[in-house]
Amino acid sequence: MTLRAALCALSRAVRPGGCGGLPLSRTLQVCGATIHASHPRQGSTYTPPPARYGGRHTVTLIPGDGIGPELANHVRELFWFCCVPVDFELVNVDSSLTAEDDINNAIMSIRRNGVALKGNLETNHNLPPSYKSRNNLLRTSLDLYANVMHCQSLPGVKTRHRNIDIMIIRENTEGEYSSLEHESVPGVVECLKIITRVNSLRIADFAFQTARQNGRRRITAVHKANIMKLGDGLFLECCKEVASGYPDIAFDTLIVDNATMQLVSRPQQFDMMLMPNLYGNVVSNVCAGLVGGPGLVPGANHGEHYALFEAGTRNTGRSIANRNSANPTAMLLASCLLLDHLKLPAYAHMIRRATLSTVTETRMHTADLGGQASTSDVIKSIRNAIQSTGPLTQSI
Amino acid sequence: MASDRTMRDNMGKKTRARTRDKEEKDGETKMAASSSVLSMSKLIKPLWGGRLGNTVKVFGPTLTSRRERSSAAGENIPLPAKYGGRHTVTLIPGDGIGPELLNHVREVFRFSCVPVDFEVVNVNSAMTSEDDINNAITAIRRNGVALKGNIETNHTMPPSVKSRNNLLRTSLDLYANVMHCQSLPGVQTRHKDIDILIVRENTEGEYSSLEHESVTGVVESLKIITRTNSLRIADYAFKLAREKGRRRVTAVHKANIMKLGDGLFLQCCREVASGYPDLQFDAMIVDNTTMQLVSNPEQFDVMVMPNLYGNVVSNVCAGLVGGPGLVPGANYGKDYAVFETATRNTGKSIAGRNIANPTAMLLASCMMLDHLKLYEYASLLRTAILTCMNETRLHTADIGGQGTTSEVVQSIMKLIQSKGQLTTDL
Repeated sequence: MTLRAALCALSRAVRPGGCGGLPLSRTLQVCGATIHASHPRQGSTYTPPPARYGGRHTVTLIPGDGIGPELANHVRELFWFCCVPVDFELVNVDSSLTAEDDINNAIMSIRRNGVALKGNLETNHNLPPSYKSRNNLLRTSLDLYANVMHCQSLPGVKTRHRNIDIMIIRENTEGEYSSLEHESVPGVVECLKIITRVNSLRIADFAFQTARQNGRRRITAVHKANIMKLGDGLFLECCKEVASGYPDIAFDTLIVDNATMQLVSRPQQFDMMLMPNLYGNVVSNVCAGLVGGPGLVPGANHGEHYALFEAGTRNTGRSIANRNSANPTAMLLASCLLLDHLKLPAYAHMIRRATLSTVTETRMHTADLGGQASTSDVIKSIRNAIQSTGPLTQSI
Repeated sequence: MASDRTMRDNMGKKTRARTRDKEEKDGETKMAASSSVLSMSKLIKPLWGGRLGNTVKVFGPTLTSRRERSSAAGENIPLPAKYGGRHTVTLIPGDGIGPELLNHVREVFRFSCVPVDFEVVNVNSAMTSEDDINNAITAIRRNGVALKGNIETNHTMPPSVKSRNNLLRTSLDLYANVMHCQSLPGVQTRHKDIDILIVRENTEGEYSSLEHESVTGVVESLKIITRTNSLRIADYAFKLAREKGRRRVTAVHKANIMKLGDGLFLQCCREVASGYPDLQFDAMIVDNTTMQLVSNPEQFDVMVMPNLYGNVVSNVCAGLVGGPGLVPGANYGKDYAVFETATRNTGKSIAGRNIANPTAMLLASCMMLDHLKLYEYASLLRTAILTCMNETRLHTADIGGQGTTSEVVQSIMKLIQSKGQLTTDL
């Protein structure tokens, strides 16, 4: 009881900004998870879940649909090959079932392990609207409030733009993705877009801290406050408040239509971008298209206590599934982000270097980059690259 | 271009005949006219489960005015040129680069002896009272056609001050925003051969301006999607595609997340698509669409979508073909049409410096002339503008050149004069 009271007092002290209107039960709900987990995140002093069993970490693996399973297998094989001290706990989620048992098992597993790697779960439009998107359920249940995507021009990949280096921070739990819709009058549907002060302050704070950690100079907030005055206006206000606490980082704002137009003509002007959910979706896909496509960019979803890594643009790739033509780069780079998160930088560096050197070789480009290599060719080449650099590997 | 024009000329002849018949009929009592209109509407709208009240409201202006309009896209009968064969068009200068560009349009029109008179209505965006914009709306109701610059919406004003542009669009029920993005030959861009027609729902969706803060710190914005408006915009898109000889219509949505809202939009598009078997229909999620647009924009033909995605996609396409200074946009309603630049920028930072690109506004005025069935003037002006585009030394700063606005306008006027057309002195 006293621990609870202490935590509540702490939360109230930490957030003087103006959440006074929030009822106590809400505060308790937000802090509820803190009491049960044992690893509160504190910015750069974060400690990953301890590697309990013989120094090996356990990570949840959700294969997903489409190209997910084959790419997840490649990641597992590569980790085994490189002797990475990570064991995967495989949880299959069947997206065609309407029961939520599968996804609840996955969520429980991630709560247990703290870290996960996943492929995209398909959301079938033909199922009734009561069937929620599984990916969305995962993100909201685990409160993975920040989606980070780092889009960088890779040297070997030919694109129309060069020297792109944009980090996109996207609010991951609210906004247009609240799944709150109703049809009060037949033929008239109202979709609710929710923006809250708490979440906006939280994501802005995350963005500025990440910027500081990664040495970024400028953050651009993307919004549509000329039309959605209250909603995006609140988001913008929160960003400005947080920005005032970080005088070393420049802050400006841009309306989403102008932002997308600038991205298409001159993407080099952007450093870090911060935005609510839907604009984040569109902008991150535009940036992924600019640097070479969905097969190249990894994404990370961070929460207070959990982290989930996946391909940045969340495609299922149904049309290229099981044809050995998918680009494994995004998934492999996501697994490197995972290793960074688990504080295994040496392995992360090794796999990342091998992957990037393979991508620069044009004859190792898969179909989405305009080449003709197959997924297994690329993986083999990565393995060779790793083996040749010397560390302990399994025999091929 | 030529085939489009002959097609339009032929249509023009048919509609002119129809106007003559209708004007004879107008000799009868207004009641008969209104009942015929109502019965016609009942025939035309079997899809919409017509609530009669809705029908009467939509046809309201038609009953009181002499203008009879068919519901097909592009077959609108323009206003009769009442005063000495000259049309009157409302002109709203707006903010930023709007006033200077619209001055140039007026200059060019006067120079080429285009039979259009402009009724200028100034809207001051700094005032909170809505008188200015109401005057503008009345003027457009009177004239039927307008050309406007973008009116700035200041974020720092209280939320009760609604966006003036939005007010205009919703009051006049300009439900379709059409933007034609084409790669222009003289402009250097990273992508070539782009030819996309974007049809965007213009009145509802995320732009309903309905927001409230029930609990402090939690804001709910309502995104409204209705069946009638979705059917209407889908119908418009397919009709337009057919008219322009297009093959494929792509609906852009986010129905995996907004199942009811965008699901309804998608369903309406599919229903309408079934009535146009000659046109191919497919659907794409908005994030995938924007990614495809950036990598492979040649695959798109006609795109139809709700309001916010339309905003983003149209700006991406404008960026792909060369920027906001090149693409004109049109807002069509049942009875009114308003023309403006497609990306609706105020251009505050370049105002008054003579560096703005006049192409978008001039092409918008060409679209207006097409709408008024003044095809010769429209094609004359358009050819002059596009020829001018080919000269790199006349490119303005936004497309990488160093020309000034006045230089561009002067050379366009010279080109028009050289065609032998009757012009006033320079």
